[in-house]
Amino acid sequence: MRYEAPTTTREAVSLMAKAKGKAFVLAGGTDLLVRMKSGVIEPDLIVDIKRIEATQSIKQTAGGFRIGAAVSGAAMAKSAALCKAWPGVVEAANLIGSDQIQGRCTIAGNLCNASPAADSVPAMVAAGAKAVVVGPKGRRTVAVEKIATAPGKTSLAKGEIVEAITLPKRPAKTGDAYLRFIPRSEMDIAVVSAGVCLTLNAKGEISKARVVLGAVAATVVLVPQAAKAIIGSRLDDDALAELAAACGKACKPINDMRGTIEFRTDVAGVLARRAAKIAYQRAGGK
Amino acid sequence: MASVHVATTVNGDVTEFVCQPGETLLDVLRNRLGLTGAKEGCGTGDCGACSVTVDGQLVCSCLVLGAEAEGRKIGTIEGLADGDTLHPLQTQFINHAALQCGICTPGFLVAAKALLDRNSSPTEEEVRFALAGNLCRCTGYDKIVRAVNAAAKDVRKQQARVKKAAGKRR
Repeated sequence: MRYEAPTTTREAVSLMAKAKGKAFVLAGGTDLLVRMKSGVIEPDLIVDIKRIEATQSIKQTAGGFRIGAAVSGAAMAKSAALCKAWPGVVEAANLIGSDQIQGRCTIAGNLCNASPAADSVPAMVAAGAKAVVVGPKGRRTVAVEKIATAPGKTSLAKGEIVEAITLPKRPAKTGDAYLRFIPRSEMDIAVVSAGVCLTLNAKGEISKARVVLGAVAATVVLVPQAAKAIIGSRLDDDALAELAAACGKACKPINDMRGTIEFRTDVAGVLARRAAKIAYQRAGGK
Repeated sequence: MASVHVATTVNGDVTEFVCQPGETLLDVLRNRLGLTGAKEGCGTGDCGACSVTVDGQLVCSCLVLGAEAEGRKIGTIEGLADGDTLHPLQTQFINHAALQCGICTPGFLVAAKALLDRNSSPTEEEVRFALAGNLCRCTGYDKIVRAVNAAAKDVRKQQARVKKAAGKRR
């Protein structure tokens, strides 16, 4: 195995593209090293992207935020501007693991690991986050929900790496929230999760919404029907019931040691309702 | 396998080592640098027994490659005491009998130090959340939490003394 720590994205892409055998990107390493140790993967090349300037910082731009692919959860929590604009995204990222894990884990890594239970991903999708993907053929910006295609599988081509995640500038009267169900109070993997982002109009009615579920299908799922259920409403009981029903319908979960199909389907609606209420409040709704 | 040459700083000392590209920082510390305070519990970032700081950030050294240490500042349990003077956390762990078998203790101390560095007045709840990444199968945690809160008090007293002394100098 070879370890490389290039200082430019171009170099990293070239290393990944030219690699013979299995090459992996190392950002926080909280998934990669665990998989290496358990023998699930045996890399021939590891490309550590933490020495690349473009991956290291959170930048506030005219368009919103640009979060480098090596920025840790702990670093996100320290950005007051990011916490203020997108509290749901930061809270979701900070739910991953312990303080020790927070010191290393990244939302770009969480995305590329392609777990359907990834905590930060539903929140990112709800907020309309995009991944800045750089590859041998150049640079493209792609919606976060287009990256994972199945558990552990992504749409990234050989040589392509995620350099950063972008979040839009938060529109006026907009709020986001993320909730997950775990049987403990912390340090666990989501059994079901829900991310909601919504915008209110001048009358205080919901004019735009994105509702996203995690751990209930092979990938995180965006549920337009659930968004439709609350658009035009002030989140009254009927709208919330319709939202929950739409979420239940969008679930294609599995039975496993952490939850049954019935439980996940039911709890998806419960979490979506609660997350919607928090997002509504954050948007200034009463 | 091409070995990697790494120049780094461990507990303030400039250190160099050669390691395998896939070798963890934990293995480097223990097997190459003789710093056996950090322990391997799970090896998967769940138990915190291998806790160290990298550039001041608390991490599990089992999930860091040795090669990543190049140019960084590593802090381990061996750097916690000031010569023969124990850190208040160490003293209070002894006073409160906050350890039994001792395997988890270095990790708890490093993690608790990271907490007190950013918050010297943590509530019990804050201590429990901050130490959620450190597992102890002996004590039941209560004694550890009490020891950390007692040490926090000592640290605050120390800080007040330093502030007072600085004021006098002015």
